[in-house]
Amino acid sequence: MRNFKRHLTDTLLILAIALLFTGLLLLVVGASPLEAFGQLLSGSFGSWSRLARVLNVWIPLTLCSLGLLYAFRSGLWNIGVEGQMVLGAIGCTAVLRWGMDTAAPQLMLPVALLAGLLLGSLWALLAGWLKIRGGVHEIFAGLGLNFVAMGLILWLIFGPWKRPGIASMSGTELFPKALWFPTLEGWRVSPFALLLTLAAIALTAWVLNHSRFGLNLKAVGHNPRAVTLYGLSAQRYMLIAILISGALAGLAGGLQVSGIYHRLIPAISSGYGYLGLLVVMLANFKLLPIPFIALFFAALNVGSIQLPMMLKLDSSLSGVIQGACVLSALLVFGVRRLREGRSG
Amino acid sequence: MRSPARALIQSAALAFICLLAVPAAFGSDRDALIFGMLLVGPHNDHGWSQAHYEGGRYVEEKLPGSRMIYIDKVNPADRPGLTIPMVVDDLVDKGAQLIIGNSDDMKDGIREAATQHPEVKFIHISGDDVLTGSAPENLSNLMGRMEYGKMMAGFTAGLTSSSGRVAYLGPLINEETRRLAVASYLGARHAWTAVRGKPAEEFKFKVSWIGFWFNIPGVTADPTQVVRNFFDTGYDVVLSGIDTNEALILANQKRAEGSAVYALPYDYIGSCTSAPDACLGVPYYNWGPDYVRIAKSVMNGSWKQAWTWSNPDWKDINSADSSAIGFAAGPALSAENRSRLDSFIADLGSGRLNLFTGPLNYQDGSVYLKTGEIATDKQIWYLQQLLQGMEGASK
Repeated sequence: MRNFKRHLTDTLLILAIALLFTGLLLLVVGASPLEAFGQLLSGSFGSWSRLARVLNVWIPLTLCSLGLLYAFRSGLWNIGVEGQMVLGAIGCTAVLRWGMDTAAPQLMLPVALLAGLLLGSLWALLAGWLKIRGGVHEIFAGLGLNFVAMGLILWLIFGPWKRPGIASMSGTELFPKALWFPTLEGWRVSPFALLLTLAAIALTAWVLNHSRFGLNLKAVGHNPRAVTLYGLSAQRYMLIAILISGALAGLAGGLQVSGIYHRLIPAISSGYGYLGLLVVMLANFKLLPIPFIALFFAALNVGSIQLPMMLKLDSSLSGVIQGACVLSALLVFGVRRLREGRSG
Repeated sequence: MRSPARALIQSAALAFICLLAVPAAFGSDRDALIFGMLLVGPHNDHGWSQAHYEGGRYVEEKLPGSRMIYIDKVNPADRPGLTIPMVVDDLVDKGAQLIIGNSDDMKDGIREAATQHPEVKFIHISGDDVLTGSAPENLSNLMGRMEYGKMMAGFTAGLTSSSGRVAYLGPLINEETRRLAVASYLGARHAWTAVRGKPAEEFKFKVSWIGFWFNIPGVTADPTQVVRNFFDTGYDVVLSGIDTNEALILANQKRAEGSAVYALPYDYIGSCTSAPDACLGVPYYNWGPDYVRIAKSVMNGSWKQAWTWSNPDWKDINSADSSAIGFAAGPALSAENRSRLDSFIADLGSGRLNLFTGPLNYQDGSVYLKTGEIATDKQIWYLQQLLQGMEGASK
């Protein structure tokens, strides 16, 4: 109970600092903070269709964040999550393009997601392999691979996969309706993707907190040298962790293609990988807060579209709030650690 | 610690009230017509999107009781995760009865949204869904005959160039952009050979495509670099075919460094103002009159699906109330060339001169128009390649 109370005060404190900061910023530029926050709120939860849009952001964002959590547990910074998402999207597109002319295109959807998952995890494995075999720090390996992934997707869209007679960065040809992930009538979110994400949360909760693998992973993250005393291979655990990380990012990329855009576009990752890093940091690298923070961030992203429409404010305000949240979280966590250090 | 907490509670409470109040504020009958405008770029880009934005403002001014809700930068690079059907849902929630999508890139999204909101009318700018029969009944297409504007721009470039090298900064490659690059080429070649009497072999026309309608760092080629490359390789007039103003800005810088180069921006009547000394003129769209006509038809229930390709008003191509396409001559255009341009425009208007007349060959040598053949609208709209004599990719 005490723990819960502490987390609640922390969360409220972080939110208060972030909102106060953004509110002051709005006052400085001559806008009404209340109106702006009101628009953000109503723009994200004001109607079912808006909520559906929030969920469409929440799904990939949560998947990426969950993936990142595995990597963080093993002590790795998987910055390459963006690239893994892109590769997942590419894998999914490849299967759907190939499957367009087959007799049962619907069967292609699960295969396409699997392909996305596979390609995402292979791309992540590459970063892990560079780290373990090549001594390349995973942050640099990840960043490098992100650039390569971006180059690859641009080449595909501008080259082999371009629309007939058209050379444009606006993306590949739209897939036929049969290859779109089905949504409920009038509700632009796929219940299947939603269930998949909820399942991923539950599975991650079990794996990380209740399985032997999860405990070992934690040990590896805390002290990779010491675990060898117990006969564990730190390197193997790191590789598996980053593999899972990439698989979840790849799945997110695949869902972006098959469920949201129905084609491959250069910005297919939508920056959710990097945003996921912020989510996990704000969650203090714990699982439980992740779905909620992801929901909050998704709501900010979706609600922010109201700012230019209704108040003529730039929608980048949502980014400012997200950044301010993370900074104030780091501050709150830091102050708490300092205090605990002093009293203990 | 008390004040942030109190502020938080207060703001949460007020936000909640706003949340309840917002739906009631829309759809009230003080608005005779709410129309939504999806702009692919910034509303103040001095180019394509601004021209549409001003067209929307013109409607508000001419039709009392009409109100525009616009959202700019509607593209996945600027607004990650946003799709056209989602924004349309939101505009419909806000009471929009007419929705205009201003980018070729929105084609699929607008069609999907139009199918889902049959009670709302849609206009997709520059598209051809109505021609191809793939548009639902509540979706129309609208475009201006910019090939006239581009011929004038090309003509001006061909008159002014001293090196005989004119370059075209292209966006992506499709039927529309090929059509406009070709029109520019025809105008420029006409000025060089027929008006100035110079040999055709000495004339060069190069097209470079950046990959999208405007610069997306890391995704498209950088338009500033492409234009710099033109100027560094002897091209002294650059025609812009993209939504934004980089060509003119760089021409101005180059002039400050002492080179006699010029540019012609595109889309928006006020584009020359950012660098008047380098600006030969701008072919621009005037969306207002067509928007008013369509908005009226939605208000009085006479809406009919149409594919419209609007002409300049040849009596006065710069009339704000009647001409869909205009050409604003720039301060850098000499007086002599200005009068040559005027008679060129008069000849185009009277039909005495039609540059889309054969013999014209495609880039690969195949025949586009036989000798004496005049291109039909469809032959111009669906142009398959650049023409022989132009340098640059066709596909």
